[in-house]
Amino acid sequence: MVTPFVRHRGKVVALPRANVDTDQIVPKQFLKGIERTGFAQSLFYDWRANPDFELNRPDAQGATILVTGPNFGCGSSREHAVWALAQYGFRAIIAPSFADIFTANCYRNGVLPVRLPAAEVDILMRNAARGNYELVVDLAELRVADDRDFSTAFTADAYGRELLLRGLDEIGRTLLEEPSIAAYERSHS
Amino acid sequence: MTTLFDRVWDAHVVKQLADGVALLYVDLHLVHEVTSPQAFAGLRREGRRVRRPERTLATVDHNVPTGDRSLPIADSVAAVQVDTLGTNAQDFGVELFGLTSPGQGIVHVIGPELGATQPGMVIVCGDSHTSTHGAFGAFALGIGTSEVEHVLATQCIVLAKPKNLEARITGSRAPGVSAKDLILALIGKIGTAGAAGHVIEYTGDAIRALSMEERMTVCNMSIEAGARAGMIAPDDVTFAYLHGRPRAPTGAAWTAALSRWRTLRSDPSARYDAQVQLDASKVGPQVTWGTTPGMVADIGGRVPDPAKLPETEREAAVRALEYMGLAPGMPLEGLPIDRVFLGSCTNARIEDLRAAANMVRGRHVASRVRALVVPGSQRVKAQAEQEGLDRVFREAGFEWRNAGCSMCLGMNADVLGAGERCAATSNRNFEGRQGRGGRTHLMSPVMAAAAAIEGRLVDVRAW
Repeated sequence: MVTPFVRHRGKVVALPRANVDTDQIVPKQFLKGIERTGFAQSLFYDWRANPDFELNRPDAQGATILVTGPNFGCGSSREHAVWALAQYGFRAIIAPSFADIFTANCYRNGVLPVRLPAAEVDILMRNAARGNYELVVDLAELRVADDRDFSTAFTADAYGRELLLRGLDEIGRTLLEEPSIAAYERSHS
Repeated sequence: MTTLFDRVWDAHVVKQLADGVALLYVDLHLVHEVTSPQAFAGLRREGRRVRRPERTLATVDHNVPTGDRSLPIADSVAAVQVDTLGTNAQDFGVELFGLTSPGQGIVHVIGPELGATQPGMVIVCGDSHTSTHGAFGAFALGIGTSEVEHVLATQCIVLAKPKNLEARITGSRAPGVSAKDLILALIGKIGTAGAAGHVIEYTGDAIRALSMEERMTVCNMSIEAGARAGMIAPDDVTFAYLHGRPRAPTGAAWTAALSRWRTLRSDPSARYDAQVQLDASKVGPQVTWGTTPGMVADIGGRVPDPAKLPETEREAAVRALEYMGLAPGMPLEGLPIDRVFLGSCTNARIEDLRAAANMVRGRHVASRVRALVVPGSQRVKAQAEQEGLDRVFREAGFEWRNAGCSMCLGMNADVLGAGERCAATSNRNFEGRQGRGGRTHLMSPVMAAAAAIEGRLVDVRAW
């Protein structure tokens, strides 16, 4: 069951880096388990060892919206990366672009990837750098806005949006297509 | 008007769910120990079964030790994960090539060597390098664990149809230039997100001239350009490779398959959403200098000056050089290395090992270098031993290991120490990928082999 995502208000933290790969989001030593839980501590593990890392700053505590650079989530298909982000507390990630497999994994774990133009992401990063910056991310209305003057529309993959808005059990839904699957198998055996 | 990818996609649509989104049938589902336990647990929790166990193949590769296989796995957490796949395979009726099986190996090496990977298939695996199988004209893509569970339960996947990008690679390669150099040069040209949202179809005479194993190297790294998948239309090279393999069709079924497979090509008038060209004759041996596969240059080149790069690339380059311990303007040739890794789903097949062995025969690894050969599968290992390649490597001072992903991602004991510099035939030079603080330079097997002997990066064309 996917945690539904309709509208979220939360604190923003900026991670101004391009091509953040899933090896950084969750290093390999945390992939040896057989559970879906316990990943919050492993998020950005190597980078968090640095006290100056963005997520370690006092005003980043409690952040639930990550604003970052292009091609976020590239590399390994490990869904553990999204589990770690979600279990750390992130509900939405805003970036100019995301890797494809990472995006698919987000939709299936209640995390919303929001694509915005680089210029708008830059504005959000500047605002976040001033501290205690909050945004409202509204998937129903397809809009990101703050309490001041920032408000912009975004687009979302229609299927991913439906999964998130309704918190759908994707497998249960596909199993309803059993007659179509069986018919396909009969015609291709 | 139709592309190869369109044909394979259209033939697998079970149902159109929405505009551009389809329920797609999966012909082959490859499973390994790291990304599957949570998926099987989900099936168990919901009381679901594996819909088509006979279309599912499992092996252990990512976290397994590559040393003595008669010993228990020393890492108890990894051991539980390996055992869990054994239990899941048994409970759900899935065929498993376990740790002591002669068929064990990296999942993207064993699919093709079994002949399980075939043209026109849709193939998925909870691993991004599933793109490898596209070398056969299959649509093969990496997926997450939730999708693994979905495929186990339904034998289908829900996908928004990606766009099509043609990468036309023409011209003759110079001696010493490998398939790895072509794909690294392409990634350097289009960037690590250059093919995001697209399936790359590799075309052109330079692609046609590649062996099947070289095509796998090219398609393998499609994901490093951000692509959903990479594909090459099957031809006589493909069919000759598949003929007689254990899972390939035989007799009348082979003849029927051949006539079907021969239709798997793009129409001459096919339109792609994007196109890129590369002249293979202008590509030299490639070496990465940074922390993404796109940060790459000719071995004759120099470490770039971030100040002279486009503004959008500057900050990442500064970070990368700091991590890699390199300064702008340094020549790549001559850079001293500590470790060499010959392995991974990119470059650990028999032709890779033969090419590397030819470089090191009668020579010895430099005294300060520790070098490792990790064959892609136990069958590749056995073949290499039959040809005496293991002796060549051992006599040259390489360690000769059992099959697995090993130091490509360092999930087992094969890792770099902080600050160690490695010449690697694998696919990712991300920070910490091969070990925290480890510095990875990606290159071809012949380049890595020569680096092992010299203890520094060298240009194989002049070696």
